[in-house]
Amino acid sequence: MTTTDNSGDVRLSGIGKTYGSFTAVHPLDLTVPQGSFFALLGASGCGKTTTLRMIAGLEEPSSGTVHLGDQDVTHLPPYKRPVNTVFQSYALFPHLDIFENVAFGLRRRGIKSVKKQVEDMLELVQLGEQARKKPHQLSGGQQQRVAVARALINHPKVLLLDEPLGALDLKLRRQMQLELKRIQTEVGITFIHVTHDQEEAMTMADTVAVMNAGRVEQLGSPTDLYENPQTTFVANFLGTSNLIEAEVDTRSGGDIVLKAGGGKLVLPEARCSAPATAGGKVLVGIRPEKISLTHADDAGAIPEGRNRLTGRIVDASFIGVSTQYVVESPVCDELAVYVQNVERDGRLVPGADVVLHWSPAHTFGLDAAQDIDAGVETVEEEAA
Amino acid sequence: MPFVNWLKRRLVVIAGLLTLAYLLLPNVIVTVFSFNRPKGRFNYQWQHFSTAAWKNPCGVADMCGSLSISLQIAVWATIGATVLGTMIAFALVRYRFRARGAINSLIFLPMAMPEVVMAASLLTLFLNMGAQLGFWTILIAHIMFCLSFVVTAVKARVMSMDPRLEEAARDLYAGPVQTFLRVTLPIAAPGIAAGALLSFALSFDDFIITNFNAGSTVTFPMFVWGSAQRGTPVQINVIGTAMFLIAVLFVLTSMLITNRRSNQRA
Repeated sequence: MTTTDNSGDVRLSGIGKTYGSFTAVHPLDLTVPQGSFFALLGASGCGKTTTLRMIAGLEEPSSGTVHLGDQDVTHLPPYKRPVNTVFQSYALFPHLDIFENVAFGLRRRGIKSVKKQVEDMLELVQLGEQARKKPHQLSGGQQQRVAVARALINHPKVLLLDEPLGALDLKLRRQMQLELKRIQTEVGITFIHVTHDQEEAMTMADTVAVMNAGRVEQLGSPTDLYENPQTTFVANFLGTSNLIEAEVDTRSGGDIVLKAGGGKLVLPEARCSAPATAGGKVLVGIRPEKISLTHADDAGAIPEGRNRLTGRIVDASFIGVSTQYVVESPVCDELAVYVQNVERDGRLVPGADVVLHWSPAHTFGLDAAQDIDAGVETVEEEAA
Repeated sequence: MPFVNWLKRRLVVIAGLLTLAYLLLPNVIVTVFSFNRPKGRFNYQWQHFSTAAWKNPCGVADMCGSLSISLQIAVWATIGATVLGTMIAFALVRYRFRARGAINSLIFLPMAMPEVVMAASLLTLFLNMGAQLGFWTILIAHIMFCLSFVVTAVKARVMSMDPRLEEAARDLYAGPVQTFLRVTLPIAAPGIAAGALLSFALSFDDFIITNFNAGSTVTFPMFVWGSAQRGTPVQINVIGTAMFLIAVLFVLTSMLITNRRSNQRA
């Protein structure tokens, strides 16, 4: 693949979908560059699958256009688009064997000698031995690989993956994530991957678009999204965030000084996505692993210039590599703190008074007008 | 108690064999009596072994004619009911339209209604319309009652079919016709085949509805019924046995084919 080839670019302009009065996808613009691994991340019902189906042609958009490279494919039926899909349930044809499943796309396009190509493709996904079996005779992971092979053999401009790993168990899922990443690097095709699993999106994709309620909340590289969330949804949906409501006090240099529960917190201006006027409210965010815990007796040993909060440990759970603490503080009922188990302080047990401190550079600021709990995964969602 | 233990272990097999015997005994009798040379006109008592009837199956006046009519009606009724029933089943599962619920329950009515009632009301209908009773009225009646069975069999199959399969086919460059022929039809095929087989069997041996609406046409079941009053020719047993053997052969071949396929693939 040459870098000048843009025929695998996917450009969505103002694309939206409504069902009666329900808006599944608000008009959105999105460009996925040729050869990238792009993830659409969001909880179920956020419109990510609908967006994918509009790219595939299985769903007619209510507004906007879909471009592949320079070609407008908005009104092309799915069988005329150079795009293939790996479905969530794999959708392998039960009446055909593995070989014929993989050969299906080639045969429909009138290609006569398919044997060599199908065998090569089955080798790529390590299923050469299973060619004459029926789909139901294979394990979940094998079926998944057949679904990938069946789509990839057509050399589509874009491969769409609709929660392709959702039905697999955790260990297999990890393995398949690496496998898919390997295949993508090998074939250089644009992959658009829909998932609700934030870890999966971050491990595999170059670029992640976080979707919520039919809108793209934020788009960026996994590190960018994690370190600089711009909305409470992104902050809570990707990993865990501690969000503290604070009042803007003064500005000094490139920093904003905030008041929270009598103490002062410093936030670099560049990391604040909200308008910060003196007296206004901002949500201060900090990731649990960025916080250090010190027992209240040693508070004097904490270096100057760090943001600090006082609190009391409510709960501590030992996870092996780290210990996860829940700390109660005057500014927030539940602060999560993850401490690596390097040098464990025996005094940090539930009931102990502690000081939480972190580098101001790790602080981020969000607009306080948002729902502070947006994107927090509930127990039901976890189970689904 | 070795005997009791022996019995315990084989109880299922014994029960199975007894049930099988109960089911097959009438067929055995029919077969045995097809080799009989009866005294007089009734073939109810074993006399002498003879293959005369097998050598001359059409030796009885009108019998092979009625057999041919029955087979023709069965074939056409099967084709008609299967095509219509499959389309109805797809429509009922795939589309939302007015009166869908009503059709869904009305389609069961021919199965639930006593045949005699249906036969009489059909006859009334045909007479009122001034239709000439015969081959065509029988065929229309047969398609009507076979339809319910085809719809039921195909509907079950189509309902359990994953709609993503057709989407996958469209995604893999199959147009609407190709999608139907390569994916939808093959997956629905077992249901369609079951409906068709059922239709053939039901149409071939139907007596009550046929008898009411046949006019002067005589089907094979009507011939058997009619001759039973005056004496039963051995040839009826010959035809019965032949039908039974063809059915068994049919089942055995299809079993052999599926076995061989799964052996190849395993």
